[in-house]
Amino acid sequence: MSSWYEASARQRIDALADPDSFEEFIGPEEREVSPHLALFDLPEQFDDGIVVGRARLSGQPVLVAAQEGRFMGGAFGEVHGAKLTGLLRAARTLRCPVLILFDTGGVRLQEANAGEMAIAEIMREIVLARADDIPVVGLIGGRAGCFGGGGLIAGCCSTLVISEHGRLSVTGPEVIETNRGADEFDSKDRALVWRVTGGKHRYLIGGADLFVEDDVAAFRRAAIEGLSRRAALDILTLADEQKRLEHRLKRFGAMTEPRDVWAALGVLRPETVSGLATEAFLAEGLHKRENAHDAR
Amino acid sequence: MTLDEILGSLFPEGHHVDIGESILIGGAKLPQAGQLHVLGVHVKSFLGVEDACALARHAVDVLASGDGQPILLLVDSASQRMTRRDEMLGLNEYLAHLAKTLILAGIRGHRVIALLYGGSAAGAFIATALAADTLIALPGAHPEVMDLPSMARVTKLPITVLEEKAKATPIFAPGLDNLAQTGAVFETWSPDVPLDAQLREVLARPAVAGSRDALGAQRKGRPKAAAIAARIVELAQRSA
Repeated sequence: MSSWYEASARQRIDALADPDSFEEFIGPEEREVSPHLALFDLPEQFDDGIVVGRARLSGQPVLVAAQEGRFMGGAFGEVHGAKLTGLLRAARTLRCPVLILFDTGGVRLQEANAGEMAIAEIMREIVLARADDIPVVGLIGGRAGCFGGGGLIAGCCSTLVISEHGRLSVTGPEVIETNRGADEFDSKDRALVWRVTGGKHRYLIGGADLFVEDDVAAFRRAAIEGLSRRAALDILTLADEQKRLEHRLKRFGAMTEPRDVWAALGVLRPETVSGLATEAFLAEGLHKRENAHDAR
Repeated sequence: MTLDEILGSLFPEGHHVDIGESILIGGAKLPQAGQLHVLGVHVKSFLGVEDACALARHAVDVLASGDGQPILLLVDSASQRMTRRDEMLGLNEYLAHLAKTLILAGIRGHRVIALLYGGSAAGAFIATALAADTLIALPGAHPEVMDLPSMARVTKLPITVLEEKAKATPIFAPGLDNLAQTGAVFETWSPDVPLDAQLREVLARPAVAGSRDALGAQRKGRPKAAAIAARIVELAQRSA
């Protein structure tokens, strides 16, 4: 077993793609660095924290983007974001599915306005691609999680794969604590952070579709499955998602503790969920969870 | 301009916009143009799961009706609501759902125009104003990704240093001019000209959201984005 969480962006692509099938677009040798970090005396990275290109997955051509959470928290800057925007535009021209390997804290603050725009543009391109029936599959299990605008982009994907380590949220616990105090969200309480934002909770409420072990081979299998699932985004998809999200509010809206949500789902001994190994967790959760049934 | 002044200037013949505590939902007739749908966030409200869901409900109904009428979004919000409960309930999905609905409406024959007349920030800005096909601002609008004090905390730089840097580049600091330079805001209206006339002009022009990066390059707010995206498309096509 080899950990997805511990792997770098490039290692994840290597593990995911068929051997020797990956071809990078605007690789580090081109040194397309951020034009804005120098203003803050911050070091640049030659790929600006994202690797994009073309590969084959189980023989099928795919476009792949992998964020590097170890460079500035995988945050979206101007160049970083534009590489993904371009990749999604190419997906439509080539009618080729896309895999997004999320590992991001959201917008890169030193170039916040460009990062915010990149996120809006990426969401638009995903909707356009999916309106053309092109799958855009998101994989979440990296160190930086998937926060801020990354969480909104994830919410636009046709299928989401997540591991227990894969945190998915908008506002990060630290930011909530800074703005609202530790009574609202104690970011030092790691167990609470994992319960609220972690992969198991997202899977149980229907916020993610496939739950996998923190293992590159498991992510690869799930990516292949994700590509075969329904991708189209149309009016009916959105009407179904509306129903799904209204239902969630009605069912869980009065709760603030994930364990109460899990208990309401009928999960046995909710207090043990965080400690369950993948197989045991799936055995307990698979048929009790809120399944999104492609309504996303 | 206040919300009342804006509604009065847009819809001199009256409107049926339901003004709730934090959001607006309804419709009105734009003189010499026809009916349009109105959605909005006002009084600098934080956008949480309930409001995002209610706005999306209306947008989904509009989309399903197939009436093809324009949707006008009036925006004066704060950021997304920052609570543990909102995150537990999956606020990312609610905001993404609202954005997807507005974006798809734009693709499926509705014009989706956002008028930013106050604040908006971070995820709320993305889910509303930036999901429109064209974003217009009124003078005094103040969009931001993150306010400078919070930015100072996160970047560990004194606010005076950030203010100094902000003079050299539009790339990170809050404000209408900065966002306009990156291509986010198409144009700023004059409060001295009736807004209904200005809206009719925007409706007569094509949508611009698909070319905001090119606009950002032209306005020198985003020097690289459009060119990088275009090169990726070219490389992908060449490798195919």
